[in-house]
Amino acid sequence: MADTSHGTGGLTFDKTKRSLPGEINIFLALIIIVVIFEVLGQVLPYMNGQSFLFDTQDRFDSIFNEARLRIIILQVSIIGIIALGVTQVIILGGIDLSSGPLVGATAMIVMSFAQTELVNGNPNPKAVFDWAFDLPVILPVLVGLAFGAFIGAINGSLIAFTRIPPFIATLGMFLICRGIAQAWTRGQPVSFPTESYATLGKSMNPVFWFIGLAIVLHFVMKYTLYGKHTYAIGSNEDAARMSGINVQRHKVRVYMVASMLAAFAAIILSSKNLTAQSGMGIFYELYAIAMAVIGGVSLTGGRGSIVGTVLGAMVFGVIQSGFTYVKLDAFYQLMAMGAIIISAVVLDKMRQERATSRR
Amino acid sequence: MADVILETKGLTKHYGGVHALEGADFLLHKGEHVAIMGDNGAGKSTFVRQITGVEQRTSGDIIFDGKPVHFSGPIDAREAGIETVFQTLALADDLDVPDNLFLGREITKWNWLGPFRVLDYKAMREATIEGLQRTAVKIPNIRNTIQNMSGGQRQCVAIARTATFASKLTIMDEPTAALGVQETEQVENIIRTLKEAGEPLILVSHNMRQVMDLMDRIVVFRRGRIVADLRKEETDGQDIVAYITGAKTQPQFEGAA
Repeated sequence: MADTSHGTGGLTFDKTKRSLPGEINIFLALIIIVVIFEVLGQVLPYMNGQSFLFDTQDRFDSIFNEARLRIIILQVSIIGIIALGVTQVIILGGIDLSSGPLVGATAMIVMSFAQTELVNGNPNPKAVFDWAFDLPVILPVLVGLAFGAFIGAINGSLIAFTRIPPFIATLGMFLICRGIAQAWTRGQPVSFPTESYATLGKSMNPVFWFIGLAIVLHFVMKYTLYGKHTYAIGSNEDAARMSGINVQRHKVRVYMVASMLAAFAAIILSSKNLTAQSGMGIFYELYAIAMAVIGGVSLTGGRGSIVGTVLGAMVFGVIQSGFTYVKLDAFYQLMAMGAIIISAVVLDKMRQERATSRR
Repeated sequence: MADVILETKGLTKHYGGVHALEGADFLLHKGEHVAIMGDNGAGKSTFVRQITGVEQRTSGDIIFDGKPVHFSGPIDAREAGIETVFQTLALADDLDVPDNLFLGREITKWNWLGPFRVLDYKAMREATIEGLQRTAVKIPNIRNTIQNMSGGQRQCVAIARTATFASKLTIMDEPTAALGVQETEQVENIIRTLKEAGEPLILVSHNMRQVMDLMDRIVVFRRGRIVADLRKEETDGQDIVAYITGAKTQPQFEGAA
C-alpha cells in the first residue's frame, strides 16, 4: 500500500471516507433480474413481445407498467414490515421464527376489537366480544402492539436470561402463537371491521407504512445508540459486554421491536383483507428472513442494513411477479426462491472469507 | 504521598486452596512506567485482574488516586480511570475505529430519546483522530471496519482507547505477545508517547528487551509473591532472570518465597 499520509504522526485526515456501500451489489442484482425478465418477455415465443417493466400499450402516464410496479411493491410491503424487524434481530446475532404465527394471532386478537356492531343493518355475524364494537381505531392498534411487545419480551427474556438458542425460543413461540390464533375463536374467522380500521391497509397504504417504517428503522439502526449496540452485540458479544453495554436488556428490546413490527404487519394485513384468520402469515417468518438474507444481512450477526433488506424485499417481489409474468407455475417460484436464498448466503460467506484472508 | 497513583497493600487472592497472589505491596507513582515480570503462573495476571476489578480480591487494600477502591467489575475500574488492554482484544469486528473506541460510552445528543438517542458521529470521529494523533497510531482509514485490519493495527486501536479517554492509569497485559516485529515496534512507540505525556503505565511482559528499553522500574513476581523491585539503572537482564527463576530474592522480600 502506498503511504499517502501527510500530517502529524502519519495520520491521514483526508481518508475518513467510506468505500462504496455493500448494498450496491444487491441493487445491481435487482437490475439484472429485471433485465432477465424483460429479455425473457421478448424472447419466449408465447409472450408475444410483452414488456415486464414498460408500458407498451400506453395504459399509463409514465413509460412504466405502473400496475405491475404497484403489485410488486404492494405484495412485499406487509412481509417487508416484518423483515425490517427480523433484520435487526439477525444483526443482533439472533433469529426470529415466531413472526409468521404472531401475525396470525395478532390479527385474530386485534380484529376482535375492531369490529362493527351492525353489518348492513344486521348484527355482526362474526362478533367476538359483544361489548367491543365500533371502538376508535387507536384501541385495536394499541392492543395489537401491546400483544406484540408482550410476545417479544418473552422471546427476548428467554434468549437473554436463560441463554437458550434464539432458534429454539422462537420456534417454541412459533407453535404457541399459532395455537393462540386457533384457540382465540376456535378456528372461526373474525370479520367486518370498522371503516376507520379498514382504512389502515386500504389500497396502497401498506406500501406507505412499509416505506415510512423502513426510513424510521434505517435511521434507528444507523444513527442511534440502539442501532450501534445492536451491531456491536452481533459483532462481538463479549466485547460489547466488556465495554459496559447491558447486553441482556438490549436483547429484550430488540426482540420486542421485532415482534411489535410483526404485530403491526398483522394489523395492516387484517385491515387490507377486512378479515382475520388463524392461518394468516403462514411462511411469513421464512419470507422475512429470506428478504433480509437476500439483502445482505449476515446470519452470523453484525452485518447488514435496512436499505439492504428493502432491496432484498424488492428482489423477492420482482422474482414473484416475474415468474407470474413468464407464466411459470408457483412451485417453480418456490424452487427458484430457495436457490436464490442459498446463493445469497454462499456469496456472503465467500465475501466474508475473502475479507478475513486479507488480514 | 501526593504523587502516588496506585498503591496496593497486602493484596491477596486465593482460588480455593491455591494462593495465586499473596500479600502484594505495590506502589506506582504518577508518570511512572513499571513492568511486571515473572514466570507463567507467578501471579502477574492475577495481580492485574484484582486491580481492574475483573476478579474480587480475597484480602488487602487497593488505593487508587488517593482513595481506597472496591471495583465490582472492569467497567467500574474504567469509569474510575483505569484503562486495560487485555490479551484478548475486546473489539467488535464489524464496527469501525471510532465505534470501537467509544463502544459502551458513545457521545450522544438528544438524550431525551433514551435508548434511541442519536449518536454524535462527528464528535466521536474528531476525538478519535485526536486520540490517535496523541499516540501517533497509524491507521490508514478510521472508517475501516476492524476486520480488515492487521493484528498490529487492531492492537493499536485497543491501545488508542486509553489515549482517547485521558485515563489516569493504563494497564497492558502482554500487548505484543501475538505481534510481528514491525507491529511490536508500533505498539512500543505508543508506549513511548504515553511516557512523554506523563501517563502512568503498568506493562505485563515477557520481553526483556522491551522492558529494559521502555520501563522505569521492574517488579518481579514469583509464586504469587513480589520478590524484587528494581530500578532499571540498577539492574540488567541477567539480574532480572535470577529473580524470576528464584536464584535471587531481594532482602526486603526475604521469607516471601
